[in-house]
Amino acid sequence: MHELPVTESLLEISLRHAAQAKADRIISLNLVIGQLASVIDDSIQFYWGIIAKDTPAEGAVLNFRRIPAQFHCLECGLVYQPGEEIEPCPDCNSSKIDIQAGREFFLESIEIE
Amino acid sequence: MTQRVQVVENILSANDRLSSENRARLDSAGCFSFNLMASPGAGKTSLIERTVQNLKENYRIGVIDGDIATTLDADRAATAGAVAVQINTGGECHLDAVMLQGGMNQLELTALDLLIVENVGNLVCPASFTLGTHKNILVASIPEGDDKPYKYPGMYQGVDVLIINKLDLLPYIPFRMDFFQQGVEILNPGIITFSLSCQTGEGLQPWYHWITQQISLFRQAGENHL
Repeated sequence: MHELPVTESLLEISLRHAAQAKADRIISLNLVIGQLASVIDDSIQFYWGIIAKDTPAEGAVLNFRRIPAQFHCLECGLVYQPGEEIEPCPDCNSSKIDIQAGREFFLESIEIE
Repeated sequence: MTQRVQVVENILSANDRLSSENRARLDSAGCFSFNLMASPGAGKTSLIERTVQNLKENYRIGVIDGDIATTLDADRAATAGAVAVQINTGGECHLDAVMLQGGMNQLELTALDLLIVENVGNLVCPASFTLGTHKNILVASIPEGDDKPYKYPGMYQGVDVLIINKLDLLPYIPFRMDFFQQGVEILNPGIITFSLSCQTGEGLQPWYHWITQQISLFRQAGENHL
């Protein structure tokens, strides 16, 4: 799994933005992660505890906002949310799909003081 | 006082930045490149051997091989006739832009027409880390099973080309090609696909032709740019 480099990158981004805002401490991070981005919250949380230690981000809370996948059928126009597994259009069974949401993988904001 | 700072930055933005630098280096060296990704045992190295053997008369080919350990793959690429560099990731499950940069530093890029990057065998992590290569290619294989697009959507979405290897095993393995293709179609409609067998050689010609075509398109684009 690649959660360690992901978590390192997260620390780098949040410390950089906190320094720009001349913050003393980072209180929380708000992450947006789509259903189709293969990342495990628990692992990020685990690494975060280790690598954020002794930095202004130590103890910062990670808030994960999960975005469900949203598919748009290009044949019949139906917009639907697939289950755990990706699936063709439930109405017309077409697999011509535009993926409208679910790929998100970014740091939206941080709370500082 | 608590304050909220808007960030909106991709979590792997540092990697993305470095991969843009890698791309710029490859462009200015006039070296077309692709990143081969697959699960372990899908046939990445066999495909590289075949490709190098077939195209080495016309092109100078470099190979950067990523593996957790050993130089076995780079040795095979070198025997086939490529200039090969092995990167041992030391446990890391994917190549990233920094590792590729290290590999590129060991090659004289201006003396190459084609650079093939063989990623670590894994269908999850390499999908998240752009390297800067011109094309991303996934090698699937019949024995892996027909459910892989459904299980690894990130990988199947992010690639430009799909190769289905080990076609010679299709009669012996329960593999529903239409089910497999349906998953691919949902995630990556219209993706360029080559079905082939590195074992028998079936279906390899269109793949070689595609590479040749891509290299000339890449060169034309470079000339127009100048």
